[in-house]
Amino acid sequence: MSAQAETPFPPGALEREAETADTRRRWLLSLPAIAIIVCAAAGPLLVMVIYSFLTPGDYGNVKWEFSLEGWMNTIVQRDIFDDTLIWADAHLSIFWRSFSLSLITTILTLIIGVPTAWFVATQPPGRREFWLFLVTVPFWTNLLVRTIAIQELIRSEGVINLVLLKIGIIDEPLQMMFTDFAIGFGMTYVYLPLMVLPVYAAVDKLDFRLVEAAHDLYASRWTAFRRVILPLIKPGIIAGSILVFVPCLGAYVTPRVLGGGKNLMFGNLIELQFGAGRNWPLGAALSLMLMAAVMVALIFYVRITSREKADG
Amino acid sequence: MKTLAITASALALAASGAFAQELNIYNWGNYTNPKLIEKFEAETGIKVTITDYDSNDTALAKVKAGGHGFDIVVPSASYVPIWIGEGLLAETRPDQMENAKNLDPVWIDVDWDPGRHYTVPWQWGTTGVVVNTKYYDGDIDTSAIFLDPPDELKGKINVVPEMGDVMGLAIMYHGGMPCDDDRELLRKVRDTLVEAKQHWLGMDYGNIEKFAKEDMWAGVNWNGSTFRMRLANENIQYGYPKEGYVVWMDSVAVLKDAQNMEEAKTFQNFIMEPENAALISEFARYANGILGSDEFMPDEMKTAREILIPEELKDKGVFIPTCAPETQALYTRIWTDLQK
Repeated sequence: MSAQAETPFPPGALEREAETADTRRRWLLSLPAIAIIVCAAAGPLLVMVIYSFLTPGDYGNVKWEFSLEGWMNTIVQRDIFDDTLIWADAHLSIFWRSFSLSLITTILTLIIGVPTAWFVATQPPGRREFWLFLVTVPFWTNLLVRTIAIQELIRSEGVINLVLLKIGIIDEPLQMMFTDFAIGFGMTYVYLPLMVLPVYAAVDKLDFRLVEAAHDLYASRWTAFRRVILPLIKPGIIAGSILVFVPCLGAYVTPRVLGGGKNLMFGNLIELQFGAGRNWPLGAALSLMLMAAVMVALIFYVRITSREKADG
Repeated sequence: MKTLAITASALALAASGAFAQELNIYNWGNYTNPKLIEKFEAETGIKVTITDYDSNDTALAKVKAGGHGFDIVVPSASYVPIWIGEGLLAETRPDQMENAKNLDPVWIDVDWDPGRHYTVPWQWGTTGVVVNTKYYDGDIDTSAIFLDPPDELKGKINVVPEMGDVMGLAIMYHGGMPCDDDRELLRKVRDTLVEAKQHWLGMDYGNIEKFAKEDMWAGVNWNGSTFRMRLANENIQYGYPKEGYVVWMDSVAVLKDAQNMEEAKTFQNFIMEPENAALISEFARYANGILGSDEFMPDEMKTAREILIPEELKDKGVFIPTCAPETQALYTRIWTDLQK
């Protein structure tokens, strides 16, 4: 006791004290950020998780009784005619539609976006800003307005059909509106800038001396692209693909307006459960399933990029 | 002159920022006549804000979730018992209001609100079929238009994605009644719908433009909306399926947690005035259930087939009741199957 009183500060204690104070301060300073994450992200997510384990109320909302029905019904359902347990093929095929459409959109934006980004990045510096500016202009307009503008282009008496009729390529208007073509066209247009921008950033940083070196070593244009350029701009391509793919999975407005709402997308299926379907737990479970799918895509991304770093 | 004075005083009121009273109306989109609101504001000095919804379920879900700030909502008949049952509506006794004398007796003792203790009629109409007769000149008074479409119309059909109405039409097409839960019947209904869907172009709302411009030629639609289409394109006709069509009424109710209770009641009384009810109809083109409003209506509404149901088809209209939750769940499954 007295010994302790004589040496209140054993060696190193002051530093330790300062360190804990420092840690405490850091915690306190990051508290607002943590609070926002908890309130805005973790909280609502928790509500969804809880709701997905409850029983649907008769007219929407939930009853506070535990049930696994919501989760079960995402995968299997009782046949409404003979009560046997069957695969919920409606949910699965709707998920597949959203998934494949997202994949197609990502590939199309890649095919159009990468050359565009390349073109912009290889312009003289002064003009690059101008082209980038043009790429971002569509963002100034509301998504719904852009989508309805596309409708004006492709309707039976729209601009495209009128021009084609006039120059005699077709005899009667093409049915483009309310087809899968319309959805693919619209989604590609809407999400293209999200592909162009990250790829542009990657090409911008590309050291062109490496490409020259490849040519000096007798690499053909194709080999130089495949072995030198592609690996170097890969992070941009992957980031762009994720930026396009993830929002596509949950897309709601574009497929609804251009696709005519005849076939549900995953986003619309979820909405149905909270609306006329009056099955909130199923809706919550389906939303969480979609989140899990996105998460898998992101983990895949992290694995690829970290492997790259380890290799490098 | 009188209106002028009222407008002037309303303007003075507005200028002084003295709109002390407010009213928040939650109603279907593209359904409220701006002239009606202007008149109400001028006469009462109450400032009105309107918010849109696109389906009964959206409205119900939002109000149930709480924190909405609305005073008035306009649910369809089959939903009114749910709203009352869930304790969401205030019993404002419109039947004892000053203008209740104008209510058409046919619409007072209704199943969903006997004696009108909660709600005031807004508009009523039917869900039937629409056909552009330039492309098809056969019988249009049948649900076969969209359930077993003639070759001429295939690929140009739009069905409004209103689950209750479409299921009701399809069930009656097979001889049942809305809210039927007979499995054999429902199997036939599902098969017919799935089979028919390959000939549909879309399942979408808000198509007055697209029909007028002939992007769509036929489908399931409401009478008033079809009326507005016909005014834009004279080839468009409305059909009442002889197998049975849906009759509905939307009614104005006051929410129990309304912050402007008195203003909301004033509005309920206001729209039972024939001249005001006529304004409602003039815009959305549906009938309204207020006696004496006819004389204030535009001429074209007095002869329109969309409003005046042909005598021989009058008894084919069916009101959709509130289905049991289990039945509703079955319908949702069929509906999902249809759109998978």
